[in-house]
Amino acid sequence: MAAAADAPKKLTKKELSADHPTWCPGCGDFAVLASFFKVLEKLQIPHEQICTIAGIGCSSRFPYFVNGHGVHFIHGRALPLATGVSLSRPDLHVFAFGGDGDGYSIGGNHLDHAARKNVNLTYVVMDNFVYGLTKKQTSPTSPQGFKSKTDPTGAIDRPINPMKKLVSNGATFVARTHATQVKHMMEVFERAILHPGFSVVEVLSECVIFYPGAFDAGNPRKGGEFDLIDEKKWDDTPEDEARHDVTDDDAAFALASLDFPGKFGVFYEVDHPTKNQLEQRWIDASREKVKNASARELLSERFAMMK
Amino acid sequence: MSATASPAPKEQSSSGSSTDSTDLQNAVIRFAGNSQDGIQTIGAFLAKLAGRSAREVMTYMTIPSTISGGPSIFQVNLGSGEVLSPGDEADFLVAFYQHSYDNHINALRDGGVCIYDSDNVEATVNERDIQHVAIPITSTTVEALGGSTRERGKNLFVLGLVTQLFKLDHDKVVALIERQFGRKGEDVIRNARLAFDAGYAYQIGSDIVKQSYALRAGASLDKDRITTDGNTALMYGLIAGGIRYGAGYPITPWSSIMEGLRTELPKYGGLFVQAEDELGAVAMALGFSYAGHLAVTGSSGPGLSLKMEALSYAVMAELPLVVINVQRGGPSTGLPTSVEQSDLMQAIYGSHGDTPRIVLAPKNVEDCFYTAVEACQLARKYSCPVLVLTDQALATRIEAFREPNLDECLIEATLDQEPRDENFKPYPVDGDTRHAPPGTKMLGGTYPVVTGLEHDEWGHPSASPEMHARMNAKRREKIKAVAEELQLPDIFGDESGEVLLVGWGSTWGPIREATIRAREKGQSLSSLHLRHLNPLPNGLEDIFANFQHVIVVEMNDEGLYGYGQLATLLRARYCDPKIRSVCKTDGLAYKIREILDGVAEIVS
Repeated sequence: MAAAADAPKKLTKKELSADHPTWCPGCGDFAVLASFFKVLEKLQIPHEQICTIAGIGCSSRFPYFVNGHGVHFIHGRALPLATGVSLSRPDLHVFAFGGDGDGYSIGGNHLDHAARKNVNLTYVVMDNFVYGLTKKQTSPTSPQGFKSKTDPTGAIDRPINPMKKLVSNGATFVARTHATQVKHMMEVFERAILHPGFSVVEVLSECVIFYPGAFDAGNPRKGGEFDLIDEKKWDDTPEDEARHDVTDDDAAFALASLDFPGKFGVFYEVDHPTKNQLEQRWIDASREKVKNASARELLSERFAMMK
Repeated sequence: MSATASPAPKEQSSSGSSTDSTDLQNAVIRFAGNSQDGIQTIGAFLAKLAGRSAREVMTYMTIPSTISGGPSIFQVNLGSGEVLSPGDEADFLVAFYQHSYDNHINALRDGGVCIYDSDNVEATVNERDIQHVAIPITSTTVEALGGSTRERGKNLFVLGLVTQLFKLDHDKVVALIERQFGRKGEDVIRNARLAFDAGYAYQIGSDIVKQSYALRAGASLDKDRITTDGNTALMYGLIAGGIRYGAGYPITPWSSIMEGLRTELPKYGGLFVQAEDELGAVAMALGFSYAGHLAVTGSSGPGLSLKMEALSYAVMAELPLVVINVQRGGPSTGLPTSVEQSDLMQAIYGSHGDTPRIVLAPKNVEDCFYTAVEACQLARKYSCPVLVLTDQALATRIEAFREPNLDECLIEATLDQEPRDENFKPYPVDGDTRHAPPGTKMLGGTYPVVTGLEHDEWGHPSASPEMHARMNAKRREKIKAVAEELQLPDIFGDESGEVLLVGWGSTWGPIREATIRAREKGQSLSSLHLRHLNPLPNGLEDIFANFQHVIVVEMNDEGLYGYGQLATLLRARYCDPKIRSVCKTDGLAYKIREILDGVAEIVS
């Protein structure tokens, strides 16, 4: 992840900024974008290797605002498209962005499978508990009782618990942060990007128009509490006993079960071979088995067997 | 052509002595049993043998959509001349069970020969000069194998019988058996040989088959022929066309293509991914294409419906993609193991919005290979999705054809990462879209976003009414430009006359055979086959003008207004009321007489 030796000039926010975001003033997503730029500045990823991919929704406009290779795809399918890019291009840094509707509702199945396959990419979900682009319908994370245009008397269905979903799906890096906490957001993004495998960051990102105040309970400036996970330091001290082991999925699940606003930080982080590595291993073995034959040789041999 | 060319065995034997050999130009043999009996294996052996003996061959089979068991047939048409269809009627029937006999005796032509397993079947039909030959297939096989392998090996016993009967090349068949079973060990080969030898040596007691029906030596031209099915031919066509990446989801009859690609592509340094669903599959394939590798996805009818939103995206974003639809009977789950051509409108118009795209259809197994190569070329050149409509019949049937010349059709897989200068525009209004895949350095400092929103030339979202009209025109005109490079299809028969048959896809063989048959009877009938369905080649109207009737033969429903899907398109384009339809939806390939009867109904 170090800067390429031949990087012509330092990557700054200026080079990374593209169109001015179309988000409403006060939207939490601005801070997500700013934090992303800052982490890219710090990591100095070669400019042409940055690839941002999104589906549909307010937050899914992300690729237009990043000056990098990007795809604005269809609703819910950013992850499989990003999977195709990641698997065939190990040279790239693949990022997917989206919201709760895109990721947990219409794209829910893809999230399950990208996570269990441990595809090497970083996925940032800007969760605002509401459909914003379509103007206030109930989302999969809207709490019960939330009044929307599709639930005028209050949301009836139980919401998804994203952290439980992600841990049980087998994502190898699962973290949670808050869009008002820029420093924490940057730390978590950096760890997610450096994690080899499928890394997900759930960001509580307020929709100031359709669900104002949704995340105040996690924002100290609004009287809430931003309660960080105390991760194990493995220092053999008695205090360490009580700290959170990020490799323990039961512990991660227990954290995910806390009442809102719950805890923030890294819930789960493990090393597993990525799909990228496993497929490459198979490709390498297959190439070796055919003695690196050319396409022409392989096809001719196949035709000979059909005679 | 079975019905015209193969002489009735009975007439032959009456004209000569009983030891004469009947010299057949071709023979249609139907094996009817259960799917677990391995009758597909006999068929595949015969098809391969025909390919090796420079004979023409065409097969078809029906497989039940249950996992194991259930009635199944394999029909093989072996010929020394051009073989265009699996044959309307069988010359020979081999019936393993009573249900096989009962259900297929009517598929045997008058005077045909029925060989049946007298351990399981009671012959009851006593008409149409059908000649019965009772052979205790089950007990003889069990005896030959020492009674230990129960009922396995009956297929190889029958293969031995057929080899004896048709004077096929014994040594070549044995070589094929050894190659097929070689990997499975000595015991398996030994048992296979025992069963085969027992069939080959079996003294057929009946007078009817004392003579042998030797197949005339193949007049065929090419020694370098390969024998395979349509799905396999298509898969290797994709590889030859330079495809190294793809994604899919299992569905019959598409699955064998994805299984093949999953196994084969890593050998070429590529990868095929089994996705979580059809929507994920097309999205992954678009991810590969966006990343700079032309990719493939595919499915059968229902799966294509699920991919349609992403295909609309591919048109809008101008991403290249090859999309295979191995059509089966619809609507909905429909007839998963039967043939139909009812996805043409879906292929052309199935997505939301105006989505001009290229649609091709191979005409036979050989053409599956070349159509796949062409689809790859067109997708690259026009940076758009190309749909290939094959079908269940092409997917599973086996044909022999000349080995493709790789000098002429092999396309190298490349990844274009040349830096783009400051003038680069992903969506030039007056030029071709050539995306800069991620990883490409943008010397002007501005990086492109590929998008499904209407956009300007730089890919910025644009809701300008003028821009939408201009970009719609751009996407339309580039597909229209494809038509200019298409050659008009050849007319089979005279260039003018009373009737012109028009077909597409797997009906090529039966339509061609129907044309030959009609012309032999003195009818003024020609035919033309379309491999390019969207866009259509330019100039068809000039051809149609030379005929009194243009009759489109296709395997789909006549619809609310009496016309099949291609006929509807041709009528819409040419406003010509003489374009009419012969349609059917029984899930079976066209029989020659069905085509000719349909024509007679319209022309009379």
